[in-house]
Amino acid sequence: MTDRQSMDIPILRLSDVLVTGLINELDDKTATVFADELTERIATERARGVLIDISRLEIIDSFVARTLTELSTMARLLGARVIVAGMRPPVAITLVELGLQLTGVETALNAEQGMAALGWHHAPRPPEGGTRREALG
Amino acid sequence: MKLSGERTMGASVAPVEAGGGAASAGATYSVRTDEDLITVRHAVRAATVETGFGLVDQTRVVTAASELARNAYIHGGGGTVTIEFPRNAGRRGVRLTVRDEGPGIPDLEAALADGFTTGSGLGHGLGGARRLMHDFEVHTEPGKGTTISVTRWNTQ
Repeated sequence: MTDRQSMDIPILRLSDVLVTGLINELDDKTATVFADELTERIATERARGVLIDISRLEIIDSFVARTLTELSTMARLLGARVIVAGMRPPVAITLVELGLQLTGVETALNAEQGMAALGWHHAPRPPEGGTRREALG
Repeated sequence: MKLSGERTMGASVAPVEAGGGAASAGATYSVRTDEDLITVRHAVRAATVETGFGLVDQTRVVTAASELARNAYIHGGGGTVTIEFPRNAGRRGVRLTVRDEGPGIPDLEAALADGFTTGSGLGHGLGGARRLMHDFEVHTEPGKGTTISVTRWNTQ
């Protein structure tokens, strides 16, 4: 292990929104590095919103819960809104039994709804004369 | 859900000796690092699948394992996790026994209460793990270490 793992978790920027997702094998160190890097990116990229997809996360224990809570708070202090999207139902059930409510963490059912909450909508119609999408309704 | 929360309680748990498995075929994993924690989670997940647990129960047990194993290496200076497959009245279960030789837990009542933390968590580790499992047993001795044994039964 290198001591400054430059993360395996990609963070994409879509105009003023950062989009990222947590992987299943999330160890404590990676979670911490991720939180630091995301916070830095919010500042340098002047992001107004952050979408964190957690649909591949098979468990959330108290460490990950704390990381998400702190991340949301730090982002808010920097003027950005974080939405955690796609929590698996068994993870939600377990979190509640564990006594964790992720207070202060905004959530969405899935990434699409999370993006919509951050002001993104379905792909716009193609410019003038484009008809390709019409077929999709 | 049955929760028993005395300081130490017996009955449901067979005596455990260091490193050994009492019920059927126990495997023991060392926990000293983040990577070990991931290995333990994998092994526990596999054990729950093998025991026929549904997805929610799998998630409960793996989450409890993660909490307890982390406690063992953060507060206990490293330890071991033993996975066993007890049977009781036709039911199958998964039992996790987490041992460390750390400083012990001075005030167990406080440690089991939500919000109690001396480390990097949220203070829901021990009490939370207890709620996620059916049987819960702690033996802790100041200066000598802590052994926590938890079992979840397949109720399907």
